[in-house]
Amino acid sequence: MLRACGLTVRFGGFTALDGVDLEVDDAEIVSVLGPSGSGKSTLLRAVAGLEPEAQGRVEWNGIDLSRVPPHRREFGLMFQDHALFPHRDVIGNVGFGLRMHRMGRADVDAAARVALARVGLAGFEHRNVSELSGGEQQRVALARALAPEPRLLMLDEPLGALDRALRDDLVGELRALFGELGQAVVFVTHDHDEAFALADRVVVMHTGRVAQVGAPADVWARPADAFVARFLGWNVTRRFGGEQALHPGDLVLGGPDGVRGRVTGRTFRRDHHLVTLVVGDASGDGVEELRVAVPATQAPPEIGDAVTVRAATGAGVVLGGAGER
Amino acid sequence: MAHPHQHRAGRTGWLALVPLAFLAVFFAYPVGAIVARGLVPDGSLELKPLGSVLTDASLRHVLWFTVWQAAASTALTLAIALPGAYVVSRYEFPGRRVVRALVTVPFVLPTVVVGAAFTALLGSGGPLAALGLDQTVWAILLAHVFFNYAVVLRTVGGMWAHLDPRQEEAARMLGASRWRAFREVTLPALRPALAAATAIVFLFTFTSFGVILVLGGPRFATLETEIYRQTAQLLNLDTAAALTIVQMVAVIGLLLVTSRLEGRQSVALRLRRARDTARRPRNARERTVVATNLAVMLAVLGAPLLVMLERALHTPSGYGLDYFRALDSLDDDSVLFVPPVDAIATSLRYAAVATVIAVVVGGCGAFALARRRSGALDTVLALPLGVSAVTVGFGFLIALDEPPLDLRTSWALVPLAQALVAIPFVVRTMTPVLRSIDPRLREAASVLGASPARVWREVDLPIVARAGLTAAGFAFAISLGEFGATLFIVRPDTPTLPVEIFRLLGRPGELNFGAAMAASVVLMAVTALAVLLIERVRVGTVGEF
Repeated sequence: MLRACGLTVRFGGFTALDGVDLEVDDAEIVSVLGPSGSGKSTLLRAVAGLEPEAQGRVEWNGIDLSRVPPHRREFGLMFQDHALFPHRDVIGNVGFGLRMHRMGRADVDAAARVALARVGLAGFEHRNVSELSGGEQQRVALARALAPEPRLLMLDEPLGALDRALRDDLVGELRALFGELGQAVVFVTHDHDEAFALADRVVVMHTGRVAQVGAPADVWARPADAFVARFLGWNVTRRFGGEQALHPGDLVLGGPDGVRGRVTGRTFRRDHHLVTLVVGDASGDGVEELRVAVPATQAPPEIGDAVTVRAATGAGVVLGGAGER
Repeated sequence: MAHPHQHRAGRTGWLALVPLAFLAVFFAYPVGAIVARGLVPDGSLELKPLGSVLTDASLRHVLWFTVWQAAASTALTLAIALPGAYVVSRYEFPGRRVVRALVTVPFVLPTVVVGAAFTALLGSGGPLAALGLDQTVWAILLAHVFFNYAVVLRTVGGMWAHLDPRQEEAARMLGASRWRAFREVTLPALRPALAAATAIVFLFTFTSFGVILVLGGPRFATLETEIYRQTAQLLNLDTAAALTIVQMVAVIGLLLVTSRLEGRQSVALRLRRARDTARRPRNARERTVVATNLAVMLAVLGAPLLVMLERALHTPSGYGLDYFRALDSLDDDSVLFVPPVDAIATSLRYAAVATVIAVVVGGCGAFALARRRSGALDTVLALPLGVSAVTVGFGFLIALDEPPLDLRTSWALVPLAQALVAIPFVVRTMTPVLRSIDPRLREAASVLGASPARVWREVDLPIVARAGLTAAGFAFAISLGEFGATLFIVRPDTPTLPVEIFRLLGRPGELNFGAAMAASVVLMAVTALAVLLIERVRVGTVGEF
């Protein structure tokens, strides 16, 4: 299993990674989730050995890897934007890692074909990588990382550059593939839907630190702090008692005892209308924006309407108290 | 599709006639005269002079040495400059920009100054005189490294800086060692740039003249210096013409190989902005690599120039400006002696005239090339770049001294030759910049209400003006330092500064040597100034080579 403790990476005076702990069990799929600049790619690169750590260490099965160079760690990394070798054809890319492991020419060829078939690209062997579509390049990059059978597979924004529909397809395929591999996987994403769909465990990162670790359902249900809650699309407010995270679906429009507000925006989201309100006033307790999900079956208010809003009974997560992690 | 600039091609087609006419008179005609002289000396085809050149043992030795020293110089330059290219393109360190600019200075320095600097370093009285390298082939090879370091650094380093470092990281993750990742991933990507740099350095050292004339002494002769010796000392013009034909055939062959190699850049690389690929050295090993290479640059590129400066200031009575004063006061009884200060004035005047000619003629060519891509025109305009300066000088000497074009007594002969040498540089600097003007900028301007004339003034002119200034700076630096062609045709009573330095170096006495050092420093300073100005006005990195 992988164990990283207290990993710290600095670029000049900037601390990109600040004392991060990460554990991945042998058959576990872990997602590192966070906005851009949160240090998630740096975490992968530090584990890979591409970024020297200022402090902390990376271990595999209890063995310190500090002095093991990247090419001896037997970790696989699929790069963001793929970093395919432009001067080699598809099979040349996929077979590269096998050649590096001193495999014979015929074995390299056979194993590379297996890896290609596994990602659904049988028959693409001698295509030029620059002629492939984004989705095909992504599959070649995946096959290339898988072919040498790394003991840990890491993926940096595996679906990053692809369009929405393709991403949804590939999430399903990746899920199946990870199950089939039954090995340790770490992947980085900024998309929480992707993280929740694929991972056994989610690590949320913020400004180089770990903000929360947990099973997808737990992280979704109980964000640890205001940052995680906002990142997952919750409202964070004190309007309805102490500091509280409230999902847009936890708020209900109408009722005589609600908080007064004015509608500033409205978008239709398939099964609901997402209505944006401004509550409070500048002279008193300050202005705040809240987002409310109105079921698609109801008529949403018009922009400019004065409305009241209240929290559904029993809804919301109290923040800033007992450590949820 | 009717593009606005295609319509204009019809109206600007005549622009190509300017450089074509110039090259016909001042390039094709002299070259033709050489060929005629070498092959048809008495009105009928005569292969004997050419045959005797190829069978004569001493001349065959000259040919062998020319090839050998060029190959050795190229190998040595690559060995020393490639690590430098790696460091400058991959690492971010304080003063990186300054290093990149300073490294270019030797490349544009006049060959005579390079010769003088290495004489100062290795010759008697120099700090490295004890090594006994003066007048050996090592002096020549080191000077060639000094001269061509920037070619490798700019050509290969330029490519390197745009390669995605993650390619190499991907290879590392797949189990490749650092060296293996370089060999398997980076080297194939660099191959076109490497091939181009190798070909250019080989060509430059194959046609090297001033460096070998100054540093080689009488022991080492290449085709170039032999042509000069046969012409100026032995007055054996037929042999010189035959040698020049051999030289031209060899150079044309090299150029063909070069263009073949350059055409092979088949792989579409995903290039990144240079500033995204460099980073600070992260550990002791990387810091050592950077520091070592900077030290090598300082030793190979800096030491000769610093020693030359020191020796220009170090007079028998201590440090002072005596040698610089001597540039004005130095006198001699001999008839042909000219005070160096007069040579400086001559050089500046000639270089100014040559710059105007080169920018006008080369600029017309660049405009024509930018409007309509033409492989033939491109090749024709690059021709003088490949053909050596000695060929130009010798051609002028035998072609333009009799009617219909008798320019023997005209001062214009020298600037014309210098302009000819500078024109390919002007074309290569200006064309990519002119081509880079996005036609949509013009369309945007005209949609916003600008008349065609206004469009030209607001969109084209600012870019054209900067490209023109850059080209002028190059042309001026090249003309100022031009030695090979000038030596053949300059009148003895009005030498240019490089010729004057060459003469001073050949004269005995400390004062003459000191004055040669001082004059070299002046020439170096003016050239370096021109180049630093180019760096300032350069449009992005377009027009780099």
